[in-house]
Amino acid sequence: MKRTPLYDRHVAMGAKTVEFGGWDMPVQYTGIIEEHQATRNAAGLFDISHMGQINVYGPDALRFLQHIATQDVATIAEGLANYALLCYPDGGIVDDIFIYHLPHCYLVVVNASNVDKDFGWMQEHSQGFNVQLENISAATTMLALQGPKAEAILDRVTDVDVTKLWFHGVVEGVLCGDVPAIIARTGYTGEDGFELFFENAYAERVWNSLLQEGQADGLKPIGLGARDSLRFEPKLALYGHEISDQINPYEAGLGWVVKLDKGEFIGREALQRIKAEGPRRKLVGLEMIGRGIARQGYPVATPEGETVGEVTSGMPAPTLGKNLALALVRADLAKLGTELDVVVRNKPVRAVVVKTPFYQSRYKK
Amino acid sequence: MAYNTPDDLRYAKTHEWVRVDGDEVTIGISDYAQQALGDVVFAELPSVGRTLSAGEPFGVVESVKAASDVYAPLSGEVSAINEALLDAPETLNSDPYGEGWMLKLRPSNLEGEQNQLLDAAAYTQHTEDEASKH
Repeated sequence: MKRTPLYDRHVAMGAKTVEFGGWDMPVQYTGIIEEHQATRNAAGLFDISHMGQINVYGPDALRFLQHIATQDVATIAEGLANYALLCYPDGGIVDDIFIYHLPHCYLVVVNASNVDKDFGWMQEHSQGFNVQLENISAATTMLALQGPKAEAILDRVTDVDVTKLWFHGVVEGVLCGDVPAIIARTGYTGEDGFELFFENAYAERVWNSLLQEGQADGLKPIGLGARDSLRFEPKLALYGHEISDQINPYEAGLGWVVKLDKGEFIGREALQRIKAEGPRRKLVGLEMIGRGIARQGYPVATPEGETVGEVTSGMPAPTLGKNLALALVRADLAKLGTELDVVVRNKPVRAVVVKTPFYQSRYKK
Repeated sequence: MAYNTPDDLRYAKTHEWVRVDGDEVTIGISDYAQQALGDVVFAELPSVGRTLSAGEPFGVVESVKAASDVYAPLSGEVSAINEALLDAPETLNSDPYGEGWMLKLRPSNLEGEQNQLLDAAAYTQHTEDEASKH
Protein backbone atom coordinates (compact mmCIF):
# COMPACT_ATOMS: atom_id res chain seq x y z
CA MET A 1 0.00 0.00 0.00
CA LYS A 2 1.15 3.52 -0.75
CA ARG A 3 1.91 6.01 2.01
CA THR A 4 2.01 9.79 1.91
CA PRO A 5 5.17 11.61 3.11
CA LEU A 6 3.29 12.30 6.36
CA TYR A 7 2.39 8.68 7.16
CA ASP A 8 4.87 8.28 10.05
CA ARG A 9 3.74 11.62 11.44
CA HIS A 10 0.09 10.49 11.44
CA VAL A 11 0.92 7.25 13.23
CA ALA A 12 3.06 9.11 15.77
CA MET A 13 0.11 11.42 16.43
CA GLY A 14 -2.09 8.42 17.23
CA ALA A 15 -4.01 8.13 13.99
CA LYS A 16 -5.77 4.91 13.09
CA THR A 17 -5.17 4.13 9.46
CA VAL A 18 -7.29 2.46 6.80
CA GLU A 19 -6.90 1.40 3.18
CA PHE A 20 -8.40 3.90 0.74
CA GLY A 21 -7.84 3.87 -3.02
CA GLY A 22 -4.63 1.87 -2.62
CA TRP A 23 -3.30 4.15 0.14
CA ASP A 24 -2.77 3.54 3.84
CA MET A 25 -4.42 6.72 5.15
CA PRO A 26 -5.36 8.14 8.56
CA VAL A 27 -9.07 7.50 9.11
CA GLN A 28 -9.22 9.28 12.47
CA TYR A 29 -7.01 10.76 15.19
CA THR A 30 -9.25 11.33 18.20
CA GLY A 31 -12.68 10.47 16.80
CA ILE A 32 -14.74 11.20 13.71
CA ILE A 33 -17.41 13.25 15.48
CA GLU A 34 -14.87 15.39 17.36
CA GLU A 35 -12.85 15.99 14.18
CA HIS A 36 -16.00 16.77 12.23
CA GLN A 37 -17.12 19.39 14.78
CA ALA A 38 -13.61 20.87 15.00
CA THR A 39 -13.71 21.53 11.24
CA ARG A 40 -17.24 23.00 11.33
CA ASN A 41 -16.54 25.18 14.40
CA ALA A 42 -12.84 26.06 14.15
CA ALA A 43 -10.50 24.44 11.63
CA GLY A 44 -9.19 21.09 10.42
CA LEU A 45 -5.99 20.07 8.65
CA PHE A 46 -6.19 17.16 6.22
CA ASP A 47 -3.38 15.26 4.51
CA ILE A 48 -4.89 14.56 1.09
CA SER A 49 -1.66 13.71 -0.68
CA HIS A 50 -3.32 10.55 -1.98
CA MET A 51 -5.18 12.75 -4.47
CA GLY A 52 -3.69 12.88 -7.96
CA GLN A 53 -2.33 15.95 -9.72
CA ILE A 54 -1.84 16.20 -13.47
CA ASN A 55 -0.42 19.30 -15.15
CA VAL A 56 -1.62 20.18 -18.64
CA TYR A 57 0.81 22.38 -20.60
CA GLY A 58 0.89 23.60 -24.17
CA PRO A 59 -0.83 25.92 -26.63
CA ASP A 60 -3.84 23.57 -26.94
CA ALA A 61 -4.32 23.05 -23.18
CA LEU A 62 -7.66 24.87 -23.10
CA ARG A 63 -8.96 23.24 -26.29
CA PHE A 64 -7.93 19.82 -24.96
CA LEU A 65 -9.64 20.32 -21.59
CA GLN A 66 -12.77 21.54 -23.37
CA HIS A 67 -12.71 18.25 -25.31
CA ILE A 68 -12.51 15.98 -22.25
CA ALA A 69 -14.37 17.93 -19.53
CA THR A 70 -18.08 18.71 -19.20
CA GLN A 71 -17.45 22.11 -17.64
CA ASP A 72 -16.88 25.19 -19.81
CA VAL A 73 -13.16 25.48 -19.09
CA ALA A 74 -12.99 28.80 -20.97
CA THR A 75 -14.85 30.38 -18.06
CA ILE A 76 -12.04 29.41 -15.67
CA ALA A 77 -9.88 32.51 -15.94
CA GLU A 78 -6.24 32.45 -14.89
CA GLY A 79 -6.18 32.52 -11.11
CA LEU A 80 -9.43 30.60 -10.77
CA ALA A 81 -10.46 26.98 -10.38
CA ASN A 82 -13.65 25.02 -10.92
CA TYR A 83 -15.27 21.63 -10.57
CA ALA A 84 -15.72 19.46 -13.68
CA LEU A 85 -16.48 15.93 -14.82
CA LEU A 86 -14.79 13.61 -17.27
CA CYS A 87 -17.44 11.54 -19.03
CA TYR A 88 -17.43 8.48 -21.26
CA PRO A 89 -19.13 8.67 -24.66
CA ASP A 90 -22.23 7.03 -23.10
CA GLY A 91 -22.48 9.76 -20.43
CA GLY A 92 -21.16 7.64 -17.54
CA ILE A 93 -18.59 9.37 -15.37
CA VAL A 94 -14.85 8.65 -15.62
CA ASP A 95 -14.09 10.86 -12.62
CA ASP A 96 -14.90 14.17 -11.01
CA ILE A 97 -12.02 16.62 -11.09
CA PHE A 98 -10.98 20.10 -10.12
CA ILE A 99 -9.29 22.29 -12.74
CA TYR A 100 -6.95 25.05 -11.50
CA HIS A 101 -5.89 27.66 -14.05
CA LEU A 102 -2.28 28.58 -13.24
CA PRO A 103 -0.07 31.06 -15.15
CA HIS A 104 1.86 28.37 -17.04
CA CYS A 105 -0.52 25.42 -17.11
CA TYR A 106 -3.75 23.91 -15.91
CA LEU A 107 -3.49 21.74 -12.79
CA VAL A 108 -6.05 18.94 -12.75
CA VAL A 109 -6.75 17.27 -9.41
CA VAL A 110 -8.23 13.77 -9.61
CA ASN A 111 -9.31 11.07 -7.17
CA ALA A 112 -6.63 8.84 -5.63
CA SER A 113 -8.02 5.59 -6.96
CA ASN A 114 -8.37 7.05 -10.46
CA VAL A 115 -4.96 8.62 -11.08
CA ASP A 116 -3.72 5.97 -13.51
CA LYS A 117 -7.10 5.62 -15.20
CA ASP A 118 -7.51 9.38 -15.63
CA PHE A 119 -3.94 9.97 -16.77
CA GLY A 120 -4.35 7.17 -19.34
CA TRP A 121 -7.70 8.61 -20.44
CA MET A 122 -6.18 12.05 -20.87
CA GLN A 123 -3.18 10.71 -22.80
CA GLU A 124 -5.41 8.63 -25.05
CA HIS A 125 -7.57 11.62 -25.92
CA SER A 126 -4.72 14.10 -26.35
CA GLN A 127 -4.02 12.88 -29.91
CA GLY A 128 -4.14 15.84 -32.25
CA PHE A 129 -3.74 18.40 -29.46
CA ASN A 130 -0.49 20.23 -28.87
CA VAL A 131 -0.34 19.52 -25.13
CA GLN A 132 2.05 17.97 -22.65
CA LEU A 133 0.64 16.00 -19.74
CA GLU A 134 2.66 15.55 -16.58
CA ASN A 135 1.54 13.34 -13.71
CA ILE A 136 3.08 15.02 -10.65
CA SER A 137 1.05 13.01 -8.10
CA ALA A 138 3.96 11.08 -6.57
CA ALA A 139 6.04 14.21 -5.99
CA THR A 140 3.25 16.41 -4.64
CA THR A 141 1.96 16.89 -1.13
CA MET A 142 -1.58 18.21 -0.89
CA LEU A 143 -3.08 19.53 2.33
CA ALA A 144 -6.53 20.93 3.00
CA LEU A 145 -7.01 23.57 5.69
CA GLN A 146 -10.75 23.95 6.21
CA GLY A 147 -13.12 25.67 8.57
CA PRO A 148 -14.12 29.16 9.75
CA LYS A 149 -10.64 29.76 11.27
CA ALA A 150 -8.73 28.51 8.22
CA GLU A 151 -8.24 31.95 6.68
CA ALA A 152 -6.82 33.49 9.85
CA ILE A 153 -4.43 30.58 10.40
CA LEU A 154 -3.17 30.42 6.83
CA ASP A 155 -2.75 34.19 6.69
CA ARG A 156 -0.07 33.92 9.40
CA VAL A 157 2.11 31.40 7.52
CA THR A 158 2.10 32.76 3.97
CA ASP A 159 3.24 35.82 2.05
CA VAL A 160 -0.03 35.75 0.10
CA ASP A 161 -2.86 37.96 1.34
CA VAL A 162 -5.31 35.08 1.52
CA THR A 163 -8.04 37.38 2.83
CA LYS A 164 -8.16 38.73 -0.75
CA LEU A 165 -8.23 35.31 -2.42
CA TRP A 166 -11.66 34.74 -3.96
CA PHE A 167 -13.77 31.63 -3.60
CA HIS A 168 -12.16 29.14 -6.01
CA GLY A 169 -9.21 31.51 -6.47
CA VAL A 170 -5.74 30.03 -6.91
CA VAL A 171 -2.36 31.68 -6.57
CA GLU A 172 1.33 30.79 -6.35
CA GLY A 173 2.94 31.83 -3.09
CA VAL A 174 5.28 30.92 -0.26
CA LEU A 175 4.43 29.00 2.92
CA CYS A 176 6.44 28.96 6.15
CA GLY A 177 9.04 31.42 4.90
CA ASP A 178 10.52 29.51 1.97
CA VAL A 179 8.19 26.76 0.70
CA PRO A 180 6.99 27.40 -2.87
CA ALA A 181 3.34 26.44 -2.98
CA ILE A 182 0.09 26.68 -4.86
CA ILE A 183 -2.65 28.06 -2.62
CA ALA A 184 -6.31 27.73 -3.60
CA ARG A 185 -9.56 28.65 -1.90
CA THR A 186 -11.13 25.26 -2.56
CA GLY A 187 -12.12 22.28 -0.46
CA TYR A 188 -14.45 19.39 0.20
CA THR A 189 -16.11 20.12 3.54
CA GLY A 190 -18.81 22.72 2.94
CA GLU A 191 -16.75 25.22 4.93
CA ASP A 192 -14.54 28.07 3.81
CA GLY A 193 -11.00 26.81 3.42
CA PHE A 194 -7.92 26.22 1.35
CA GLU A 195 -6.03 23.53 -0.46
CA LEU A 196 -2.24 23.69 -0.61
CA PHE A 197 0.13 21.99 -3.05
CA PHE A 198 3.91 21.77 -2.67
CA GLU A 199 6.83 19.38 -3.04
CA ASN A 200 7.02 16.35 -0.74
CA ALA A 201 10.30 17.45 0.83
CA TYR A 202 8.44 20.17 2.77
CA ALA A 203 5.54 18.03 3.92
CA GLU A 204 6.47 17.52 7.55
CA ARG A 205 7.57 21.11 8.10
CA VAL A 206 4.40 22.65 6.67
CA TRP A 207 2.16 20.15 8.47
CA ASN A 208 3.82 20.81 11.82
CA SER A 209 3.91 24.60 11.35
CA LEU A 210 0.23 24.80 10.48
CA LEU A 211 -0.80 22.65 13.45
CA GLN A 212 1.33 24.72 15.79
CA GLU A 213 0.15 28.02 14.31
CA GLY A 214 -3.48 26.96 14.54
CA GLN A 215 -3.40 25.35 17.95
CA ALA A 216 -4.84 28.37 19.77
CA ASP A 217 -7.61 28.59 17.16
CA GLY A 218 -8.65 25.00 17.75
CA LEU A 219 -7.07 23.53 14.61
CA LYS A 220 -7.06 19.71 14.65
CA PRO A 221 -5.67 17.06 12.29
CA ILE A 222 -8.57 15.36 10.52
CA GLY A 223 -8.79 11.84 9.09
CA LEU A 224 -10.69 10.45 6.14
CA GLY A 225 -13.62 9.45 8.37
CA ALA A 226 -14.56 13.06 9.08
CA ARG A 227 -13.58 14.07 5.54
CA ASP A 228 -16.39 11.77 4.41
CA SER A 229 -18.99 13.02 6.92
CA LEU A 230 -18.04 16.65 6.19
CA ARG A 231 -18.54 16.20 2.44
CA PHE A 232 -21.70 14.13 2.91
CA GLU A 233 -23.72 16.78 4.75
CA PRO A 234 -23.39 19.46 2.01
CA LYS A 235 -23.97 16.70 -0.61
CA LEU A 236 -20.56 16.84 -2.27
CA ALA A 237 -20.31 13.76 -4.49
CA LEU A 238 -17.78 11.02 -3.79
CA TYR A 239 -16.49 8.88 -6.64
CA GLY A 240 -17.57 5.26 -6.17
CA HIS A 241 -20.65 6.43 -4.25
CA GLU A 242 -22.70 9.16 -5.97
CA ILE A 243 -20.75 8.95 -9.21
CA SER A 244 -19.28 6.12 -11.29
CA ASP A 245 -19.20 4.82 -14.84
CA GLN A 246 -22.73 3.47 -14.21
CA ILE A 247 -24.14 6.86 -13.14
CA ASN A 248 -24.56 9.89 -15.41
CA PRO A 249 -24.32 13.51 -14.24
CA TYR A 250 -28.07 14.16 -14.51
CA GLU A 251 -28.82 11.23 -12.24
CA ALA A 252 -26.18 12.42 -9.78
CA GLY A 253 -27.67 15.93 -9.64
CA LEU A 254 -24.59 17.31 -11.39
CA GLY A 255 -26.32 18.71 -14.46
CA TRP A 256 -24.98 22.14 -13.48
CA VAL A 257 -21.45 20.90 -14.29
CA VAL A 258 -22.45 19.86 -17.83
CA LYS A 259 -22.33 22.74 -20.32
CA LEU A 260 -24.03 21.28 -23.38
CA ASP A 261 -23.87 24.56 -25.32
CA LYS A 262 -20.12 25.11 -24.98
CA GLY A 263 -19.29 23.01 -28.07
CA GLU A 264 -18.09 19.46 -28.63
CA PHE A 265 -16.84 17.27 -25.75
CA ILE A 266 -16.71 13.57 -25.00
CA GLY A 267 -20.14 12.34 -23.94
CA ARG A 268 -22.02 15.39 -25.19
CA GLU A 269 -24.39 13.56 -27.55
CA ALA A 270 -25.37 11.00 -24.95
CA LEU A 271 -25.81 13.68 -22.30
CA GLN A 272 -27.98 15.79 -24.62
CA ARG A 273 -30.22 12.78 -25.13
CA ILE A 274 -30.33 11.92 -21.41
CA LYS A 275 -31.22 15.48 -20.53
CA ALA A 276 -33.96 15.62 -23.17
CA GLU A 277 -35.48 12.32 -22.07
CA GLY A 278 -35.02 13.06 -18.37
CA PRO A 279 -32.89 10.80 -16.17
CA ARG A 280 -34.44 7.47 -15.13
CA ARG A 281 -32.98 7.73 -11.63
CA LYS A 282 -32.39 10.68 -9.33
CA LEU A 283 -30.14 11.24 -6.34
CA VAL A 284 -32.30 12.07 -3.33
CA GLY A 285 -31.75 12.82 0.32
CA LEU A 286 -33.37 10.43 2.78
CA GLU A 287 -33.99 10.95 6.46
CA MET A 288 -34.54 7.77 8.45
CA ILE A 289 -37.79 7.78 10.38
CA GLY A 290 -37.43 4.25 11.74
CA ARG A 291 -34.51 3.02 13.82
CA GLY A 292 -31.57 2.22 11.58
CA ILE A 293 -28.63 3.65 9.71
CA ALA A 294 -28.55 3.48 5.92
CA ARG A 295 -25.24 2.47 4.36
CA GLN A 296 -23.92 2.36 0.81
CA GLY A 297 -25.43 -0.50 -1.17
CA TYR A 298 -28.53 -0.99 0.99
CA PRO A 299 -31.61 -1.40 -1.23
CA VAL A 300 -34.33 1.25 -1.28
CA ALA A 301 -37.90 0.00 -1.68
CA THR A 302 -41.43 1.35 -1.75
CA PRO A 303 -43.55 0.70 1.35
CA GLU A 304 -45.17 -2.04 -0.77
CA GLY A 305 -41.79 -3.77 -1.07
CA GLU A 306 -40.78 -2.99 -4.63
CA THR A 307 -37.04 -2.30 -4.94
CA VAL A 308 -36.62 1.13 -6.55
CA GLY A 309 -33.04 2.12 -5.84
CA GLU A 310 -29.96 1.96 -3.71
CA VAL A 311 -28.21 3.98 -1.01
CA THR A 312 -25.01 5.65 -2.27
CA SER A 313 -23.87 7.09 1.09
CA GLY A 314 -25.44 7.02 4.54
CA MET A 315 -24.49 7.78 8.10
CA PRO A 316 -25.55 9.52 11.28
CA ALA A 317 -24.79 13.10 10.19
CA PRO A 318 -22.76 14.68 13.01
CA THR A 319 -23.85 18.31 12.45
CA LEU A 320 -27.52 17.50 11.88
CA GLY A 321 -27.86 14.79 14.52
CA LYS A 322 -29.99 12.68 12.18
CA ASN A 323 -29.55 9.41 10.34
CA LEU A 324 -29.37 10.55 6.71
CA ALA A 325 -28.62 9.03 3.34
CA LEU A 326 -28.14 9.85 -0.30
CA ALA A 327 -29.80 7.34 -2.59
CA LEU A 328 -30.30 6.84 -6.31
CA VAL A 329 -33.99 6.07 -6.80
CA ARG A 330 -36.47 5.80 -9.66
CA ALA A 331 -37.04 9.35 -10.87
CA ASP A 332 -40.79 9.38 -10.16
CA LEU A 333 -40.10 8.79 -6.45
CA ALA A 334 -37.77 11.76 -5.95
CA LYS A 335 -40.44 14.19 -4.71
CA LEU A 336 -39.91 15.69 -1.26
CA GLY A 337 -42.01 13.92 1.35
CA THR A 338 -42.15 10.59 -0.51
CA GLU A 339 -41.97 7.72 1.97
CA LEU A 340 -39.57 4.92 1.09
CA ASP A 341 -37.98 2.04 2.97
CA VAL A 342 -34.27 1.44 3.32
CA VAL A 343 -33.65 -2.27 3.65
CA VAL A 344 -31.26 -2.59 6.61
CA ARG A 345 -30.02 -6.17 7.10
CA ASN A 346 -33.14 -7.57 5.39
CA LYS A 347 -35.50 -5.37 7.43
CA PRO A 348 -37.33 -2.44 5.81
CA VAL A 349 -36.81 0.76 7.82
CA ARG A 350 -39.00 3.74 6.94
CA ALA A 351 -37.41 6.88 5.52
CA VAL A 352 -38.65 10.05 3.84
CA VAL A 353 -37.26 12.05 0.92
CA VAL A 354 -35.93 15.35 2.27
CA LYS A 355 -34.32 18.45 0.79
CA THR A 356 -30.62 18.46 -0.01
CA PRO A 357 -28.02 19.60 0.72
CA PHE A 358 -28.55 18.54 4.32
CA TYR A 359 -26.08 21.26 5.34
CA GLN A 360 -25.79 24.65 3.64
CA SER A 361 -22.17 25.28 2.65
CA ARG A 362 -20.58 28.29 4.28
CA TYR A 363 -18.18 29.42 1.57
CA LYS A 364 -16.71 32.91 1.68
CA LYS A 365 -17.76 34.46 -1.61
CA MET B 1 -2.05 2.06 22.10
CA ALA B 2 -2.94 0.62 25.48
CA TYR B 3 -6.05 -1.46 26.03
CA ASN B 4 -7.81 -2.40 29.22
CA THR B 5 -8.17 -6.20 29.32
CA PRO B 6 -9.41 -7.35 32.76
CA ASP B 7 -7.93 -10.64 34.02
CA ASP B 8 -11.23 -11.99 35.35
CA LEU B 9 -12.91 -12.17 31.95
CA ARG B 10 -12.68 -14.54 28.99
CA TYR B 11 -12.51 -13.28 25.40
CA ALA B 12 -13.50 -14.39 21.93
CA LYS B 13 -11.16 -13.82 18.99
CA THR B 14 -13.95 -11.70 17.52
CA HIS B 15 -13.47 -9.25 20.45
CA GLU B 16 -16.40 -10.03 22.74
CA TRP B 17 -15.83 -10.60 26.47
CA VAL B 18 -17.58 -13.11 28.72
CA ARG B 19 -18.11 -12.96 32.48
CA VAL B 20 -19.27 -16.27 33.99
CA ASP B 21 -21.58 -15.82 36.96
CA GLY B 22 -23.19 -19.09 38.10
CA ASP B 23 -25.40 -20.46 35.33
CA GLU B 24 -25.55 -17.13 33.52
CA VAL B 25 -22.88 -15.28 31.52
CA THR B 26 -22.67 -11.57 30.69
CA ILE B 27 -21.34 -10.53 27.26
CA GLY B 28 -20.01 -7.29 25.85
CA ILE B 29 -17.31 -5.98 23.52
CA SER B 30 -13.71 -5.43 24.57
CA ASP B 31 -11.92 -2.15 25.07
CA TYR B 32 -9.83 -3.02 22.00
CA ALA B 33 -13.05 -3.45 19.99
CA GLN B 34 -14.62 -0.19 21.13
CA GLN B 35 -11.42 1.72 20.37
CA ALA B 36 -11.20 0.13 16.94
CA LEU B 37 -14.84 1.03 16.20
CA GLY B 38 -14.55 4.63 17.31
CA ASP B 39 -17.65 6.57 18.39
CA VAL B 40 -20.49 4.08 18.64
CA VAL B 41 -23.73 5.72 17.54
CA PHE B 42 -26.12 2.79 17.20
CA ALA B 43 -26.61 -0.65 18.73
CA GLU B 44 -28.95 -3.46 17.75
CA LEU B 45 -29.57 -6.32 20.20
CA PRO B 46 -31.43 -9.65 19.94
CA SER B 47 -34.71 -10.28 21.72
CA VAL B 48 -34.81 -11.99 25.09
CA GLY B 49 -35.52 -15.69 24.67
CA ARG B 50 -33.68 -16.03 21.39
CA THR B 51 -31.36 -19.04 21.12
CA LEU B 52 -27.86 -18.32 19.84
CA SER B 53 -25.16 -20.66 18.59
CA ALA B 54 -21.52 -19.90 19.35
CA GLY B 55 -20.11 -17.80 16.51
CA GLU B 56 -23.51 -16.54 15.36
CA PRO B 57 -23.94 -12.78 14.95
CA PHE B 58 -26.32 -11.58 17.67
CA GLY B 59 -26.23 -7.84 17.20
CA VAL B 60 -24.73 -4.89 15.42
CA VAL B 61 -22.80 -1.88 16.62
CA GLU B 62 -22.37 1.06 14.30
CA SER B 63 -19.96 3.96 14.26
CA VAL B 64 -20.28 7.04 12.03
CA LYS B 65 -18.36 5.14 9.41
CA ALA B 66 -19.46 1.51 9.52
CA ALA B 67 -21.66 -1.26 10.88
CA SER B 68 -20.00 -4.21 12.61
CA ASP B 69 -21.52 -7.53 13.65
CA VAL B 70 -21.11 -8.78 17.20
CA TYR B 71 -20.86 -12.56 17.63
CA ALA B 72 -22.07 -14.91 20.35
CA PRO B 73 -19.00 -16.27 22.14
CA LEU B 74 -21.08 -19.17 23.55
CA SER B 75 -24.27 -21.00 22.66
CA GLY B 76 -27.34 -20.44 24.76
CA GLU B 77 -30.56 -18.57 25.34
CA VAL B 78 -30.66 -14.80 25.75
CA SER B 79 -31.92 -14.09 29.26
CA ALA B 80 -31.52 -10.29 29.33
CA ILE B 81 -30.40 -7.42 27.11
CA ASN B 82 -29.04 -4.03 28.07
CA GLU B 83 -31.85 -1.87 26.74
CA ALA B 84 -30.11 1.30 27.93
CA LEU B 85 -27.65 0.84 25.04
CA LEU B 86 -30.40 1.45 22.50
CA ASP B 87 -30.71 5.05 23.68
CA ALA B 88 -27.12 5.53 24.85
CA PRO B 89 -24.90 3.42 22.59
CA GLU B 90 -21.90 5.61 23.50
CA THR B 91 -21.76 3.68 26.79
CA LEU B 92 -20.05 0.96 24.74
CA ASN B 93 -17.15 3.41 24.38
CA SER B 94 -17.13 4.86 27.88
CA ASP B 95 -17.60 1.70 29.95
CA PRO B 96 -17.30 -1.44 27.79
CA TYR B 97 -16.91 -3.85 30.74
CA GLY B 98 -19.48 -2.27 33.04
CA GLU B 99 -22.53 -0.22 32.03
CA GLY B 100 -21.78 -1.11 28.41
CA TRP B 101 -22.59 -4.83 28.77
CA MET B 102 -24.74 -6.08 25.88
CA LEU B 103 -26.59 -9.20 26.96
CA LYS B 104 -26.88 -12.07 29.41
CA LEU B 105 -27.04 -15.63 28.21
CA ARG B 106 -27.91 -19.00 29.79
CA PRO B 107 -25.22 -21.13 28.15
CA SER B 108 -26.26 -24.54 26.87
CA ASN B 109 -22.75 -25.99 26.63
CA LEU B 110 -20.47 -23.92 28.84
CA GLU B 111 -18.17 -26.85 29.69
CA GLY B 112 -17.71 -27.80 26.05
CA GLU B 113 -17.30 -24.28 24.64
CA GLN B 114 -15.50 -22.21 27.23
CA ASN B 115 -12.06 -23.63 26.39
CA GLN B 116 -12.50 -21.99 22.97
CA LEU B 117 -12.27 -18.63 24.72
CA LEU B 118 -9.03 -16.80 25.48
CA ASP B 119 -7.77 -15.62 28.83
CA ALA B 120 -6.63 -12.00 29.17
CA ALA B 121 -2.99 -12.73 28.31
CA ALA B 122 -3.85 -14.78 25.22
CA TYR B 123 -6.39 -12.15 24.10
CA THR B 124 -3.85 -9.35 24.53
CA GLN B 125 -1.45 -11.32 22.34
CA HIS B 126 -4.26 -11.78 19.80
CA THR B 127 -4.97 -8.05 19.64
CA GLU B 128 -1.25 -7.29 19.24
CA ASP B 129 -1.06 -9.79 16.37
CA GLU B 130 -4.08 -8.14 14.74
CA ALA B 131 -2.70 -4.65 15.20
CA SER B 132 0.68 -5.59 13.71
CA LYS B 133 -1.00 -7.14 10.66
CA HIS B 134 -2.17 -3.69 9.75
